[in-house]
Amino acid sequence: MNINTTKIISLLFFIFSVFYLYTAYQIQVFAFDENAPFNAKTFPIYLGYAGLFFSGLKLILPDPETIKVEHKNLEYKKTTILIIIAIIYGATILKIGYFLTTSFFLFGSYYFLGERRWILMFLLSFPFVAAFMYLLHGVLEIYLRDPFLQLIGVMG
Amino acid sequence: MIEGILIGLSTALTLQNIFMVMIGCFFGTIIGMLPGLGPMTAIALMIPITYGFDPATGLILMAGVYYGAVFGGSTSSILLNAPGVPGTVATSFDGYPMAQQGKAGKALAIAAWSSFAGGTFSAIYLLFLAPSLSKVSLSFRSPDYFALMILGLTAIAAFSSKGQFLKAMMMVVLGLMLASVGQDSLSDITRFTFDNMNLTDGISFVLVVMATFAMSEALTIILKRNDPTAAAKQVSLTELGSIKIDKEDRKKMYKTIPRSSIIGFLIGVLPGAGATIASFLAYGLERNLVKDDEKQKFGKGSVNGLSAPETANNAACSGSFVPMLTLGIPGSGTTAVMLGALLGFGVQPGPRLYLTNPEIFWSIIMSMYIGMVILLILNLPLIPYIARILAVPKNYLIPLILFFSITGIYVMSFNNFDIYLMIGIAVVATFLRLYDFPMPPLILAFVLGGLMEENLRRSLLLSNGSWEFLWDRTLTLCILLTTAFIVIWHLYKTFKKKT
Repeated sequence: MNINTTKIISLLFFIFSVFYLYTAYQIQVFAFDENAPFNAKTFPIYLGYAGLFFSGLKLILPDPETIKVEHKNLEYKKTTILIIIAIIYGATILKIGYFLTTSFFLFGSYYFLGERRWILMFLLSFPFVAAFMYLLHGVLEIYLRDPFLQLIGVMG
Repeated sequence: MIEGILIGLSTALTLQNIFMVMIGCFFGTIIGMLPGLGPMTAIALMIPITYGFDPATGLILMAGVYYGAVFGGSTSSILLNAPGVPGTVATSFDGYPMAQQGKAGKALAIAAWSSFAGGTFSAIYLLFLAPSLSKVSLSFRSPDYFALMILGLTAIAAFSSKGQFLKAMMMVVLGLMLASVGQDSLSDITRFTFDNMNLTDGISFVLVVMATFAMSEALTIILKRNDPTAAAKQVSLTELGSIKIDKEDRKKMYKTIPRSSIIGFLIGVLPGAGATIASFLAYGLERNLVKDDEKQKFGKGSVNGLSAPETANNAACSGSFVPMLTLGIPGSGTTAVMLGALLGFGVQPGPRLYLTNPEIFWSIIMSMYIGMVILLILNLPLIPYIARILAVPKNYLIPLILFFSITGIYVMSFNNFDIYLMIGIAVVATFLRLYDFPMPPLILAFVLGGLMEENLRRSLLLSNGSWEFLWDRTLTLCILLTTAFIVIWHLYKTFKKKT
């Protein structure tokens, strides 16, 4: 059997389906529901078997149209940095507030992607976020929690 | 029906809704012109904003984005031979040669008029077909709905997978598995939450759409070193030429448009088929129907060859609303996103939408027509200027897409966990995309997961646990036989290829 990345993904999906199926069987249903034609675990159990079936078929059948990805041509560094910045953004947004974290997130992302036009970077981060906040909060009345702006008295 | 049309018109023609259609068409055109970023991403990015409006306005905005994205895709097909969306690939066959002959303006005008006519015709078909189908679908029972959902999922897997049917079916199962997280709708028993309170209500639909489309597309662009804006930078430099269509060309279009609009609409109605198949089919059919001398021009700048796929892809967009509005079952990934947004508004699409929320039902249909007019009036003269806006470097475009995605989740839940979960799903989706695992089947399955379980539950309970409900009713049996045919046909094709 020709092992390629698609097969490895199928194998991972097969293992995931086994785990899903095991967890589905562990779902605690009410005693009176245990022998009912349909209870909370019926559908997940079918799904688990469906996952095993399709990933199993993909694993067994030969795959002539192998997708070859040239890993050396992929930009892993910038992608990883962007993901890390997004995680930091997610971790700080509630504590610091929407305005500052979003502005810094945008500014940082522009920078790490190679942008160096500072004025444009600034305009498309801080004032842009302020305008967007006004649109959401002021015009569309979508509440945005922002401890920083509340602290300096800009937001009620 | 007249009363419904008037309700729809009065809703769609409010100043706010006309403005929303304009914004939607404009924004959709911009996103549609960027190769790689299709209507689903455009609509996904709009969802958080739509929650600030009433359901009709929100849906009108999203519908505008949809048509705009398809039109934008045609523009980049014609000017650059770089289709923004798969539905406009066939447009480039004759649109691009025409542009190379110095007739880019004329090609754009033919595309715009054909899109307008295709959209208008299919809005009329929808106007008459949707209410009748709504009435018919009131007779549908749980087994029929369950079978229809199976058919829809199988069809989208078959048509969107470029020959990778099993991969698409794996994505369907993954989408259903994601939908099963959280409380069971009937018994309130929590499933797959691993004692995490954040998962009790399940995974948000917006989160999954944002992660698998907007965010994952942005990450894929960076990972593959693509520059979707590179093409747009050339557009502003292109000499468009006159946008006048002469009498002879108009005559050709008069014949092409009606037949292509019917094909487009009918293909659009079918679950999973959509604009791509419609445009190819219309192109192929047109080639067979025209006279021999015109046939020679196909692929070299034929008016019929450009008009047919453009009419069909727009007609298919309207057609794909039929199953969503009448059955509550979306026929395509894009309408699945819209269905999810509607559910978010607390509106349950289906046969009763026509009766319970006529203002939504009719205003969507009416806004389609208004959207087509706006696309024609605004976009044609504005194309060079839109192209200039698009020349924004990807260094700005990608962070802005990420920003809209994360903001979309933040304003909905004010929860760090959802942001982490979205990033996690986006990373997995990006990896899966690299190996051609299609995302539309996952979204459709995620949206339909709850409904599917509900209908299977009802069917099994009514039949006392027996699976006879699958063949008890002729309708259910017919739908399931169609599904079986699709599965067997695709497995046969896979086996045939491999031997």
